[in-house]
Amino acid sequence: MSEHDHHHHDHDHSELSETELRVRALESILTEKGYVEAAALDAIVQAYETKIGPHNGARVVAKAWTDPAFKQALLEDATKAVGTLGHVSRVGDHLVAIENTPGRHNMVVCTLCSCYPWEMLGLPPVWYKASPYRSRAVKDPRGVLADFGVSLPKETEIRVWDSTAETRFLVLPMRPAGTEGWSEDQLAELVTRDSMIGTGFPKTPGAPS
Amino acid sequence: MNGVHDMGGMDGFGKVEPEPNEPMFHEEWESRVLAMVRAMGAAGAFNIDASRFYRETLPPQVYLSSSYYRKWLLGLEALLLDKGYISKDDVASGHSVAPAKSLKHGKFSMADVERIMVRGKFGRPAPGPAKFKAGDRVRAKNIHPATHTRLPRYVRGHVGVIERDHGCHVFPDTAANDAGEHPQWLYTVAFDGRELWGPDSDPTIKVSIDAFEPYLEAV
Repeated sequence: MSEHDHHHHDHDHSELSETELRVRALESILTEKGYVEAAALDAIVQAYETKIGPHNGARVVAKAWTDPAFKQALLEDATKAVGTLGHVSRVGDHLVAIENTPGRHNMVVCTLCSCYPWEMLGLPPVWYKASPYRSRAVKDPRGVLADFGVSLPKETEIRVWDSTAETRFLVLPMRPAGTEGWSEDQLAELVTRDSMIGTGFPKTPGAPS
Repeated sequence: MNGVHDMGGMDGFGKVEPEPNEPMFHEEWESRVLAMVRAMGAAGAFNIDASRFYRETLPPQVYLSSSYYRKWLLGLEALLLDKGYISKDDVASGHSVAPAKSLKHGKFSMADVERIMVRGKFGRPAPGPAKFKAGDRVRAKNIHPATHTRLPRYVRGHVGVIERDHGCHVFPDTAANDAGEHPQWLYTVAFDGRELWGPDSDPTIKVSIDAFEPYLEAV
C-alpha cells in the first residue's frame, strides 16, 4: 500500500465493496465534522508503514546478545533499557522482555483481542489476530508451534504469556550457535519477527534466508 | 462479557496459517480504519477499553465472520454513534448532516501524529497497598461480568501463583463504561497447564495472564 489517493471519492462506486464505501463515508463524515485532519490520517498510515516494524525489536535482541549489562537491564525493565538505545523507536511503559533458555521457551498471545508490542514488532500479522492462534496458543502451544514447523524437545517447558493488560511482551530468543564474534548489525539480520513472538527461531548462520 | 472474543482454549478454529511476506495491509481501507480509530481515540472520543468493548459486543456471528479491520470499522461506527459523535443520518447520507460534538482533546491534526506512535500511559499512583506479592497462591475469581473485563474465562476458578507485580494500572472494567479509571494493582499470575486443562494436559505447559487485583482471591 503506498500513498493514499486523495481523488478516490470521484471513482465509480460500483467497483467498490460495501466495506470500502462504508470506510470512505465514515472518513468523509469525520473530516467534514472537523474531528480529524485528512492529512493527519495519511501521516498516521505513513508512520505505521515506515517507523515501526520488527527491525526495532531485532536491534534490541542483537544488543542483548552482545552486551550482558544491557541484557540484564532489559530483563529487569525493558522500557527503560530500550529507552537508552537512541537508534530504536521510543516504547511505551511496561514492556517486558522474557528470555528463552535451553529449558524454557516463551510464546506470546492475546486471547481476548490483539495486544502486541507494536513499537518493537510493528503491526501484528493476521494469524496473530485470528481465531486459530488466539484459541489454541494457551491450550495446545506445541500444536500451534507445529503449524509453524517448529518443534521443541518434549521436556522443554513452554510458557505462554496471555497479554490481558497494558503490559507488552517481547521474547528474547537464544543466540544461534556459530555466531561468535559477530557484530550487532550481523546478528540483527538473524532475528525474525516470529522469534520475538515465540513462534519461531532466529535464522541460522549460513542458511538461505 | 462472556463473548466469542474470549476464545482462549476453544477448539475447532483449525490450523494457524502464517502468510509468507504478508503485507502490512491487505486493502487500502484497512489502513484508513486503523488511522481513524487511532485519531478519534487520541482526540478523546473514547478510550482503548471502550474501543475493545465495542468490538466485543458485535453479534457473535458477525465477530467470527468479519476480518480484523472490518471488526474495527463496525466497532468504531457503533461507538461513535452511541457517544453522539456521528448520527444515523450522517451514516445514511455518507456525509456530515448533523452538527459536530466537541472533542475532549480537540481536532486531531498533524501535530498529534508523533505522540500516538508511542503507547499511552496506563500506570497510576497506588490508591492503597498491594494485597498480594510474588510467590502468593491466588485463585482467579469465578465471576462473569456482563460488560468489559480482561479476565479470560479459561482461568476463572483456577489457582495460580503471582510472579510479578506491575504496579497500579487503569482498571479496564470500569474505564470501558466511562465509570472512571479506578486504578488497581496488576500482577502476572502463572497457571499450570494441568490446573487449567485437566490431567490430560501437556505437563510442560504454563500459561500466565496479567490480572487486576479485583480478579483474584487469596487461597
